Amino acid sequence: MSGALLTAPQLELEGARMPSFWRRARRSPTLLAGCTITGLIVLAAILAPILSPDRPDQQDLFHILSGFTWQHPLGTDELGRDELSRLLYAARTDLKVGALAVVFPFCFGTLMGTVAGYYGGLVDSIVMRVVDVVIAFPFYVLVIGLVFVVGPGERGIYVAFAVADWVVYARTIRASTLIVREADYVAAARTGGIGDLRILARHVLPNTITQAIVYVMNDIVLVIVAVVTLGYLGLGVQPPTPDWGAMISDGQEFLTTRWTLSTIPGIAVVLTGLGLSLIGDGLADVLRPR
Amino acid sequence: MRSYAARRLVAAVGVTLGVTVATFLLLHVEPGDPARLVLGEHASPQAVAALRRSWGLDRSLPSQFWRFLSGLLRGHLGKSYVYGVSATSLIGQRIGVTLALVALATLFAVVIAVPLATLAAARKERPLDHLVRGLSVLGLGMPAFWFGIVLIEVFAVHLKLLPVGGWGSSPGQHLEGLVLPALTASFAIVPILVRSLRVGMAEVLDAEFIATVRSKGIGEVRVLLAHVARNALIPTLTLLGINVAFLVGSTVIVEQVFDLNGLGSLLLDAITNRDFPVVQAVTLVLAAIVVVLNLLTDLLAARLDPRIRLR
Repeated sequence: MSGALLTAPQLELEGARMPSFWRRARRSPTLLAGCTITGLIVLAAILAPILSPDRPDQQDLFHILSGFTWQHPLGTDELGRDELSRLLYAARTDLKVGALAVVFPFCFGTLMGTVAGYYGGLVDSIVMRVVDVVIAFPFYVLVIGLVFVVGPGERGIYVAFAVADWVVYARTIRASTLIVREADYVAAARTGGIGDLRILARHVLPNTITQAIVYVMNDIVLVIVAVVTLGYLGLGVQPPTPDWGAMISDGQEFLTTRWTLSTIPGIAVVLTGLGLSLIGDGLADVLRPR
Repeated sequence: MRSYAARRLVAAVGVTLGVTVATFLLLHVEPGDPARLVLGEHASPQAVAALRRSWGLDRSLPSQFWRFLSGLLRGHLGKSYVYGVSATSLIGQRIGVTLALVALATLFAVVIAVPLATLAAARKERPLDHLVRGLSVLGLGMPAFWFGIVLIEVFAVHLKLLPVGGWGSSPGQHLEGLVLPALTASFAIVPILVRSLRVGMAEVLDAEFIATVRSKGIGEVRVLLAHVARNALIPTLTLLGINVAFLVGSTVIVEQVFDLNGLGSLLLDAITNRDFPVVQAVTLVLAAIVVVLNLLTDLLAARLDPRIRLR
């Protein structure tokens, strides 16, 4: 009897919440613009084998550093490789690495922030002191140092971000957990004899995680920019796998004659960043409690 | 103030110690053997063992750490495997460039971000605000090095106003050579500053004391300059403190783009040469610069705003 009383209104709440998210999401021009830009770039990356005029490593030695032609719409680089094909295949590499590199920091940082914020005390002090130390390192110095230790390439990138990037999530989640922890409904759940794990999963995390989700978008931008930067320094994704950073770096030599070689991959990075940031901003608007 | 400063100082010393341990572990708990890497694949095991002994790598980890720490306390940051000179002297030759770059970039960041954020806040939800916000979103996704290359292309290659790179030989040339790099480095944090400051400024504009000032018939420009911008000083300081780590890290890349011989290029050279002690020393010094700058901004903010001291 009492069970029925409790479940009925809850079901209604669940039912009311989800459509309102979609209704608000559809009305957010920022979110729509972000999804459109990001969607197009992801689509281009997926369709790279179909859209590319050439293989990304195919050398056309008769047309080295060519301008825009029908055969090579965006020209060729110093090895006669088709720029458009490299651009499209690089999108695959950089998007994949960017998306995968934030998975561990997101999960681990959320876990650490939740545990530190909810339990407080010694656990909190230890976690926060580690966070302080990681944050004291200049971001790029830590990432470059870790890639140096692990070795350049994708594995190095994943390890570097796993160590350097979780702290932002931990800080954000901890701050909101500290607030939610004091809420009446958490106290009520605790009085009701519900275990910590269940309180965290059902009552705390759903209220704290939205911020982390919003930040994921901005974080992927940060990571893609960093991956491209590592590629520029020769520490990122290793050749011959195409990567926007290495493309910009290769093109820098020919700035006076073929400036598009390093400009166009840069625009690709900026557009990707724009799309993802807009999704982040849009999500923040839609998810913000009224 | 004094007790706040003392607490902050103790925390900073703690973080520095943590940074030292982390840097040491980073470069000692890794699978590769520096001696093998320096001597190459074909060196005899005896030669590798001898080199390990001379570098002290055959000792236990705690004893190596103790040697490293006691050296640090005497101002020794270790000796370069490649150049055979002390890391301290290598860093001493180059730290000036990096500090000058960080200082000028911070100045540019403030000079660019504060007016933009003020304008955007004053014209909230109007075209100008949307423009500033749009540009800052665009800036977030812009790799600093690429922006640097674009600046070189425009100002050095086409307009021939500023040098393509390098440090020059006279103070005038140093300054000329720093303009584009500092601008590039500042753009690593300008979008973040603008976004955060704009929100804070908009809140100040809605505050009651601003309504009071306006009701006295004071012009909008004066309201913005004398009352709103002034209240942005402390948030700007705090934000600078938070983002200075990112700025310092970006100078590593900027130095590479503009061919400047600062700590960043020393770090990258040392990484290419697998020069472990120099990598360790530079990482430590750059992190220490961040800790010191953080401490300074915190203390300055507390000096200006008594409420901070009581937290």
